[in-house]
Amino acid sequence: MKALKISYSSLVYSFLYLPIIVLIIYSFNASKFGTSWKGFTFKWYESLMNNSSLMSAAGNSLLVAVTAATLATIIGSVAAVAFYRYGFRGKKMLLGLVYVLIMAPDIVMGISLLIMFVTIHMNIGFTTLLLSHITFNIPFVIVTVLSRMKGFDKNLFDAAGDLGATEFQTVRHVLLPMMFPAVIAGWLLSFTLSMDDVLISFFVTGPDFDILPLRIYSMVRLGVKPEVNALCTVMFALSLIIVMASQILNKEKK
Amino acid sequence: MNEKNRFKTLSISLISFWLIVFVLVPVLMVFTVSLLTCEVPGEIKQPFTLNNYKEMFDPVFLKVIFDSFKMAFETTLICLIAGFPFAYNLARYKGRFKSLLLMLIIIPFWTSSLIRTYAIIVIIKTNGLLNMVLMSLGLIDEPLKLMYTPLAVMIGMVYSLLPFMILPLYAVLEKLDYKYIEAAKDLGAGRTQTFLHVILPLSMPGIIAGSMLVFLPTLCLFYISDVLGGAKTLLIGNFIRNQFLLVRNWPLGAAASMVLMGLMFIIIYVYYKSSKKAGREAI
Amino acid sequence: MKKRDQIVRLENISKSFEGLGVVHDLDLSIYHGEFVTLLGPSGCGKTTLLRIIGGFERQDFGKVFIDGKEVSKLPPNKREVNTVFQSYALFPHLSVYDNVAFGLKMTKTPKNQIKDMVMSALDTVMLRDFADRMPQNLSGGQQQRVAIARAIVKQPKVLLLDEPLSALDYKLRKQMQTELKQIQRKLGITFIFVTHDQEEALSMSDRVIVMNEGVIQQDGSPKEVYENPKNMFVARFVGEINVLHAVIEKTMHGKLMANVEGRECVLTKDHKFLEGDRVRLLLRPEDIRLEHIKDADNDYPLQGFIEETTYKGATLDSVVRLDSGTTITASEFFDEDDPEFEYKTGEKVAVKWVDGWEVLLPDE
Repeated sequence: MKALKISYSSLVYSFLYLPIIVLIIYSFNASKFGTSWKGFTFKWYESLMNNSSLMSAAGNSLLVAVTAATLATIIGSVAAVAFYRYGFRGKKMLLGLVYVLIMAPDIVMGISLLIMFVTIHMNIGFTTLLLSHITFNIPFVIVTVLSRMKGFDKNLFDAAGDLGATEFQTVRHVLLPMMFPAVIAGWLLSFTLSMDDVLISFFVTGPDFDILPLRIYSMVRLGVKPEVNALCTVMFALSLIIVMASQILNKEKK
Repeated sequence: MNEKNRFKTLSISLISFWLIVFVLVPVLMVFTVSLLTCEVPGEIKQPFTLNNYKEMFDPVFLKVIFDSFKMAFETTLICLIAGFPFAYNLARYKGRFKSLLLMLIIIPFWTSSLIRTYAIIVIIKTNGLLNMVLMSLGLIDEPLKLMYTPLAVMIGMVYSLLPFMILPLYAVLEKLDYKYIEAAKDLGAGRTQTFLHVILPLSMPGIIAGSMLVFLPTLCLFYISDVLGGAKTLLIGNFIRNQFLLVRNWPLGAAASMVLMGLMFIIIYVYYKSSKKAGREAI
Repeated sequence: MKKRDQIVRLENISKSFEGLGVVHDLDLSIYHGEFVTLLGPSGCGKTTLLRIIGGFERQDFGKVFIDGKEVSKLPPNKREVNTVFQSYALFPHLSVYDNVAFGLKMTKTPKNQIKDMVMSALDTVMLRDFADRMPQNLSGGQQQRVAIARAIVKQPKVLLLDEPLSALDYKLRKQMQTELKQIQRKLGITFIFVTHDQEEALSMSDRVIVMNEGVIQQDGSPKEVYENPKNMFVARFVGEINVLHAVIEKTMHGKLMANVEGRECVLTKDHKFLEGDRVRLLLRPEDIRLEHIKDADNDYPLQGFIEETTYKGATLDSVVRLDSGTTITASEFFDEDDPEFEYKTGEKVAVKWVDGWEVLLPDE
């Protein structure tokens, strides 16, 4: 029975990871076509570096991801504090909207933002992309931060007030330090979501502002190429590091 | 007291403003567009009409809906059947690799599914690893043509979305008190009975949450069907995208989006009901 | 009690949550240097009252005065009272030292004073050596003491304690009761202590305020509350008590003739009842004396059969079924010199008590 459990779990893990491992190995394969191993090489990575339009798309992606993650983290954290500390009319509805937004099909968000931007005659490009990314990141920040706050003892904030702290001092010296790891985790998750997003970005950016996931999408449609292997490996490694960092940050609860 | 109120007002206005401007208004616009008319591609005009919703009953679109739902249903079922025992084992496992094993499920949850879809191509393409291994083992004589078939799309969907089923299942199973299971056994329930009458009802919120996180994206992940199915398998997602970017019949695409939204609310409602019910049963 | 300065005064305080009244039109004065306990079952409004004094809840009606100034509408950070919370509420991200220094930093106490004040507060609770530890790495009793130090370092006029000992085990709780009492004497500040544990209330307080359903049931010294409960609620809530039904038959000067559970008894104490009044006669188990009945004469006022005896170490508890059917409990100290101090189940015994130790309340 135990052996069965272990082998089943291993099967699921290999299903999830084998393709990625193979992809990573191939990204170092000197052979341009086919599956056979023709020796170890870095040349696909070098050719990525020398592809200036790809590099500029990467730069654009980083710019959007960092800016969107930062702004979404600020707005989302402030919102989380409001949801946690205050009661107000429409709170349940607003929070409900946040949860619905996490589950809502990305494609609907993409086209709805597209329709709005077109209606108000905004040029599709950096600004529209940034606003969209902030929008889909905010709920993830709120949920990440709120779920950490759930474990807090509400008496802590009464205690701070009792000891003479004003509302601002309470948030600044008690709530903020305690929620900080979750804020950072929220930023990291927003960053990966932004770096990887295809479904929404597809509708809200134009040819003037190319980003990496959309470049990868158009390359992938043309089939397997060693450069794409290398590019995907880099992207995977990036999210791997960030997700692990965010997990570790959110773990050290006690 | 005053500065508390100032911060409170500011923070609530900020988030309300953002969600209204960038979520509610755009969705209302989609709804409005779905009621408009499009005669020339790219042009939208009045009168208001329900024709776009009537067009949903056109055999072409009905087939899209049927194919997408079939695909989504099968993907969800496979993920559920494959994911449940896995999540159960992981929840019961208390060894020292626990956090590592959990992390290995969380990583694909957050990494780009486009990249993971691409990794699938590397494996299943005609001269890919899978065919090479099968042929060298002598199991098949000529390479399987998996690419650009509905099966490839399904493999890609399961591969992309399995973690989205496993994590919610894991979350409820982890919280499930093992004493319930022991109590059931103590009261004479066999394996199957314990599963059907105790484990399954108590994990219903996780099952529905996971199904929602698999079912809805399957309808929408147009790049998976593009890349692995060669655009031969048309999902609702592909249909909406085509209406917006190729055919440029925005009202029809908007109507299809509204159908998708309606579907989402039905599923959320079912989830809400079931988690309330499970909460009651757990007491 | 001699008249002293009022430190806290509550006038006509009422509070309800979602339409449900928790505190009803309550008046209370607390004097400087007192150790006052609010005692009552959960939901009686005692914690709400404490939170109203602390400023965490706003009363619907009424006024709160602290040291003569009205503070009814001031937030907690503007009141000269501090609270020790039930869960301690120690900031998990700050060390013991920083927890204690927190309140001083918030109110901009000069930096050079902070260290001395913190260390002397830590001295008071005997935790000087733990200044650098994180709260999570302390035992429950130590966390409790940090919470006290953090509150007293602010030199409040009143310290509010919300069931601060309920999370500790029995032995530690006893020890902390003594320590708290000592800290209170040393600092000379008023303590308002909330608890549902009557033993704790009686042993620690100068004054006990028994509450139920948002109303003060009795306000008095521990001795008064225990020995002369003003009503049935206080009688039953504070300690165990036997309740007997009686009817006053005849009043004489300083004496009463009463029918108690169907038997004629003479009660010596001067009770203000009239002939024909239905009353309840209350007796603490430890005030009851049982006697073996040697001959079957019927001249004992109250008698019954031993139904059960329980050995309690220092005492022997007996359950007696009176002839009327009512059961009572007697708790007697062992008498080393009496070889007959033992009852057999079913044995007939007489029930007696010292004249005047009974309490009579009207039948409600």
